Amino acid sequence: MRESYITILMYITFVLVNGVIMLALSHFFGPRRQGRGKFDPYECGVPIRDEAHKRFPVKFYLIATLFILFDIETVFLIPWSVTYKQAGVTGFLYLLVFLAVLTSGFIYLWRRGALEWD
Amino acid sequence: MLSVFGMLMLFVSYIVYAERRVSAFIQDRLGPNRVGWQGLMQPWADAIKLILKEDIYPDKADKFLFFLAPFIAFAPGLITFALIPIGSLDFSDPQAALAISNINVGILFILAIGSLNFYGLAFGGWASNNKWSLFGGLRASAQMISFEIAMGFALISILMTAESVNMNSIVHSQTGTLWGFIPRWNVFVQPLAFLVFLIAAFAENNRLPFDMPEAEPELVGGYHTEYSSLKFGLFFLGEYAALITMSAVIVTLFFGGWTLPWVSQETMASWGWGPIISGLFSFAVFIVKWFAVMFFYIWVRWTLPRVRYDQLMNLGWKVLIELAFLNILITAAIGLWL
Repeated sequence: MRESYITILMYITFVLVNGVIMLALSHFFGPRRQGRGKFDPYECGVPIRDEAHKRFPVKFYLIATLFILFDIETVFLIPWSVTYKQAGVTGFLYLLVFLAVLTSGFIYLWRRGALEWD
Repeated sequence: MLSVFGMLMLFVSYIVYAERRVSAFIQDRLGPNRVGWQGLMQPWADAIKLILKEDIYPDKADKFLFFLAPFIAFAPGLITFALIPIGSLDFSDPQAALAISNINVGILFILAIGSLNFYGLAFGGWASNNKWSLFGGLRASAQMISFEIAMGFALISILMTAESVNMNSIVHSQTGTLWGFIPRWNVFVQPLAFLVFLIAAFAENNRLPFDMPEAEPELVGGYHTEYSSLKFGLFFLGEYAALITMSAVIVTLFFGGWTLPWVSQETMASWGWGPIISGLFSFAVFIVKWFAVMFFYIWVRWTLPRVRYDQLMNLGWKVLIELAFLNILITAAIGLWL
């Protein structure tokens, strides 16, 4: 089993080295010319108005936070899903309790409008 | 290993060509047909053109992240393919898979590494210091993480039918038939999970109808607006590598991977096939299914219009998660009491 992990590590290295080679290729073979306004951010040709790094909707943070909660839920479900027949009805009931807690949180989020985009 | 990587790079470049030809066919155009016979050399011409383009770092960009982002976006799609069993020399032995590596964590590795490429998009959008890129990157990250949950839930019901996370065991759990005539593939055993997984997979790969991160009419090019030459090429390759790997994952999880329901080790032995021929046969079966799913991806892209962002998020959070959740409960009830 350990060899399989070594193979996969070798493969990852190989893919990454390939990426480096490709970036190096375009770095060495591409032309290099200066030009006025060429290195400015693209804004459809009109003069640039203020920075891009400023405030953006808080919704995106909220989604990221919710994602962490629910992704952890998925992670906890995976071990149960593989062994749910051994865990039997008792395991299923435990799981229902766990899910009930999370689902009540989900319903709360929904009713408070955390999932609305407008 | 090298041959699989070579095959993968070839497929990645030719899926772009295939997409252009199929889209041209759907829209009643010609598509690229000038370079080589029927335009078959087009990917090489594109690659050389990208290499010969200037590598631009915008003045305001965060140089390090700007360099790193295409790299992160490119690698995961290719790395996760290492876990896909593309055939088998011995159909009766679950350990004998033709894959770069058949590690036990299987699908977990694919989920973990596969979702890394959203960092590439988010970094790319942020580092460019361009308003379009920033919003493309933000949309990409919000969309991908939202659909990751639905996808994970759909996956759990598959793991319940297979009772393993090893990719080749999942393939083995789908051999044989239901009631003698329907193949025992998960697409028939778990149709609801398939539906949820398919929609989530489209959203994960930023494919139309869910390609909000780079919606051209709204965001110019999205997160790769500021990228040029092979840096842009890496984003592009990464996107298509993710597409073909996701097609392979769909084939493995839902369409029985390299198996055909009516062909087992005994039938092969009765035809007098040795391990080499049966290996080639299983690989051919896999390739056919794989190409069909890839074609489906392209077909959908050129058929459906783009949805709105709020509709997308509503679909992810308010419909798909609930459906997948319900499916887990149904699967558990059937598995435990029937």
